[in-house]
Amino acid sequence: MGDVASAFAEAARLIFAADGTLYGIVFLSLEVSLTAVAVATAIGLPLGAALAIRRFPGRQLLLVTLNALMGLPPVVVGLVVYLLLSRAGPLGELGLLFTPTAMVIAQAILVTPIIAGLSRQVLEDAWHEYEEQLRSLGATPSTAAATLVWDTRYSLVTVVLAGFGRAAAEVGAVIIVGGNIDGVTRVMTTAISLETSKGDLPLALGLGLILVTVVFLINAAAQIIKSAAVRRYG
Amino acid sequence: MLPLILKDVSFVATGRTIIDRVSCEFAAGPRTVILGPNGSGKSVLMRLCHGLLTPTSGHIAWHGSADDVRPRAQAMVFQRPVMLRRAAVANVTYGLALAGVPKAQRDERAHDMLEAVGLGSVANRPARVLSGGEQQKLALARAWALEPEVLFLDEPTANLDPGATREVERIVDQIHASGTKIVMTTHNLGQARRLADEILFMSGGRLADHAPVERFFAQPSTAEAAAFIKGELPWS
Repeated sequence: MGDVASAFAEAARLIFAADGTLYGIVFLSLEVSLTAVAVATAIGLPLGAALAIRRFPGRQLLLVTLNALMGLPPVVVGLVVYLLLSRAGPLGELGLLFTPTAMVIAQAILVTPIIAGLSRQVLEDAWHEYEEQLRSLGATPSTAAATLVWDTRYSLVTVVLAGFGRAAAEVGAVIIVGGNIDGVTRVMTTAISLETSKGDLPLALGLGLILVTVVFLINAAAQIIKSAAVRRYG
Repeated sequence: MLPLILKDVSFVATGRTIIDRVSCEFAAGPRTVILGPNGSGKSVLMRLCHGLLTPTSGHIAWHGSADDVRPRAQAMVFQRPVMLRRAAVANVTYGLALAGVPKAQRDERAHDMLEAVGLGSVANRPARVLSGGEQQKLALARAWALEPEVLFLDEPTANLDPGATREVERIVDQIHASGTKIVMTTHNLGQARRLADEILFMSGGRLADHAPVERFFAQPSTAEAAAFIKGELPWS
């Protein structure tokens, strides 16, 4: 027990002493995951809106595929991106393997189906309610999609934050394509994994505490935004 | 744009015939009430007229426009008003924007409309926190602001209390007085008597009577219409 207690004490010291190594890892994590979520939102939200509004042959198959992809195992995504970016792979020329960009790509692939799938659900529910009214007013599909996104924006914030939670917490993809290189591609989850196996518990614990805090704050923010919106707009 | 002419219009959904070879004409002027029991096809007929549904067979033609083209100068108010998650006035300007009204005119016109339906004091309140009656009046303002040649109303008072019903009926009369053709569905005989100039009576997806309101109630031309009037009278 003494070991664990002293590890906690050392972790707290690292956090409050603004330890450079620790915060370097934290900032890289946030940078990678936020960029990945931004990319995933830019792709996933329009895709979700299109699937919510448009009816076309093959839509059901696409929905099933999308829902399946929401549960994509991070290590598999990591493996596929690794194969694409490795020297011998089709995108090997770009030299992206073991860079933060590779980690952004992997996490974006992981999160895009989540944002597309969840926003599709939110937007389709709204569409069922709005469809006749919007068509009656003469809205084109793209205008209708924009209206739905705007009217459900608070629910969609929750969707995006769910995607961020997934990205920030996963380790399987970034460790394969990033390689956990100290100071270059080491992020919170990969560092925790490595430091734990090395026996450096204080750094692992400090990072773990920060990671849990970040995820907690994000979920609290989502909750607050949502309930404030419900109070204000009904 | 009027008259609106329906020729042998049928609508079939999942193997069930909901509208069965209806032919009729909606002329400018008189307030037309589509009357009939639940499930008789009133609402579907109205959606076909408004262009939200496409007939399975038959034709719907507006005067002066090509066959099956949906003109813009029409609006519809639904049984359950759909309120966008924004201020009351923004619900009206939204409709005006879609209708191509220049930005500079939208605000003033929207506020005028809200005054006209008695919602001037709640213009900046979120539409979804308004009461049911206020929401339906807002839906009327949103439709009226478009200055439609025809206004379709689908059971606009079915969910409202008597006070709100009276106000909605008064606004519908005002909209009619401003030169808009009114086409409304109801299953309420009292409301049909109060608001209708002519009655279209629907039964089982067919048009069972089409007559001026006095003639319809005095001498219904079909057994179904007679039964409906008789059955409903004690509660109307």
